[in-house]
Amino acid sequence: MKLTKEEQAILNGSEGETKAKILKTLVEFGDVFGAEKLVPVTHEGHLVTSFGIGLIKPLFRIMDEIIDAGIKAKLPFTVDPRPIDYENVKCNLLDKLIFSKIMYSQQARYEEQLKKIGLKNSDGFTCTCYMDEVGNIPQYGDVLSWAESSAVVYANSVLGARCNRNSGMLDIFGAIIGKVPYFGLLTDEGRKADWIIEVKTTTKPEAQILGSAIGLKVMEDVPYVKGLDKFLGTELNDDAKSYLKDFGAATASNGAVGLYHIENLTPEAKKLGSKLIKPNAKTYVIDDAELERVYKSYPVLWKNKDAKPKLCFIGCPHLSYNQLVLWAENIINGLKETGKRKVQVRTVLTTSPQVRKKFEQTELYKKLTKTGAKVSSICPLMYTNNPIAGKKPIITSSNKLRTYSSSKYLKDADILNVIVGKEGK
Amino acid sequence: MEKVFKGRVVGGGTLVGEAVVSHQGVNTLATFQKSALKNAKQVFSSDQNNPDIYKLNLTGKILCLPKTIGSTTGGLVIQTICSMGINPSAMLFSEEIDSLACSGIILARNWENSNIIAIDKLGQEFLDYVKTGDKIEIKEDGTIKVIR
Repeated sequence: MKLTKEEQAILNGSEGETKAKILKTLVEFGDVFGAEKLVPVTHEGHLVTSFGIGLIKPLFRIMDEIIDAGIKAKLPFTVDPRPIDYENVKCNLLDKLIFSKIMYSQQARYEEQLKKIGLKNSDGFTCTCYMDEVGNIPQYGDVLSWAESSAVVYANSVLGARCNRNSGMLDIFGAIIGKVPYFGLLTDEGRKADWIIEVKTTTKPEAQILGSAIGLKVMEDVPYVKGLDKFLGTELNDDAKSYLKDFGAATASNGAVGLYHIENLTPEAKKLGSKLIKPNAKTYVIDDAELERVYKSYPVLWKNKDAKPKLCFIGCPHLSYNQLVLWAENIINGLKETGKRKVQVRTVLTTSPQVRKKFEQTELYKKLTKTGAKVSSICPLMYTNNPIAGKKPIITSSNKLRTYSSSKYLKDADILNVIVGKEGK
Repeated sequence: MEKVFKGRVVGGGTLVGEAVVSHQGVNTLATFQKSALKNAKQVFSSDQNNPDIYKLNLTGKILCLPKTIGSTTGGLVIQTICSMGINPSAMLFSEEIDSLACSGIILARNWENSNIIAIDKLGQEFLDYVKTGDKIEIKEDGTIKVIR
């Protein structure tokens, strides 16, 4: 990699040993992928590591080293959701003991470290930092040093920003140096599609299963999706953006997709169309039968596969405001239909702190709370990391949460039926 | 019976060890998180979606895979298992190494003084040939000998 004089000086230690080691890590990383240069980061950061799990000792040690060296991020950053919310996701004493004293024993220390390095604000804990209410929204063409797979794929695909699938730690390092290696999804060539996905379903496909099918097939390649605009339209309205958020999260967690193009809908597909498709691109046809095959392939990991669910998480990634409103309405109306007053399984809807605060001002929120459903800004994945909590029969409409925990995935309509007690009717 | 393959060196070193083979992408977080969280002495893969390696011991083994997939905590997870000394000794990639595995290997090298040998671009034939339990010899120049 060719470095500027300033970069070479930092590498040689002009700004201290820690910064030199940070830059060395970025340069070695770029070298592996043939990056010829570093390019400036042009927008605020987003970090994947929001959790003070005591075992991730390297993270806390390096953060201390960075702080001790007086180093800060060039621009402020947001981070993924907090792992604990005892108010809305109630835990018994044993759970609390495990969360606070064992698993997330370093949470307070880590949040202090984040503040010192450049955390945007105390509400900056969400995986959906790009929502209007949160305000960490890159513009088309912005270069990012983000991690969090669902946020990276959204920023690249829906917003047209440029970001590689950075790992935790590398996200912080890029934010500190203010530069990232130029390769992969930062380049025009790296954003071209290796796959054509032909969606031929008879109805709008479940976002979470469609994304899963594509992720499992293409791994980290770039897919160009045809036929989805028939269901989503050609404008990136709130519904389309929410759908793509969930779709993208599934592509990124079930595979390693960092960028997708939706024909006639996402910005680069609208601008460049089929010029984005590589000449030798492979084709994957997805019809109703293929989606069902993928859905049926998910293993159920509960000890008792027929157990009654004890907890339901909806919102991984965090729900958008319009999704939160829709779920609240569906739960309230569904309970009216079944003649029940309370949700039939402990239900937690997760969303960013900003969206939660906005929703808490509404009449709908008051009605929802009467059903027993809770709204939280927790990271459900971090909750299920607790070995005791994780053993509970948990249901979710998130394919990402299914992938990283023993939670059972249900389609939106099916999970609503369980919540309102319509199951088996 | 022996077969030789040649790849690109991402993290160098020599080693003789036992192969554990995943024919699908290895989901780093799903594979390593349970053992890391339990502070275990060895890693047993906890990824239910990867039957090739599910519940197999990966510590000290030579993990053969196409690439890693999943959460962008991946690199930090690899760095952490290296800091705990429970990492695979080598990772042999049939495809080009992915950004997350690469980050983990470089983070471990620069910040933990831990060296996972990493060779990539070994080709699909390598992954089709090698089987879990095979003996593997790795040379400094990225030559891999699979011995059965």
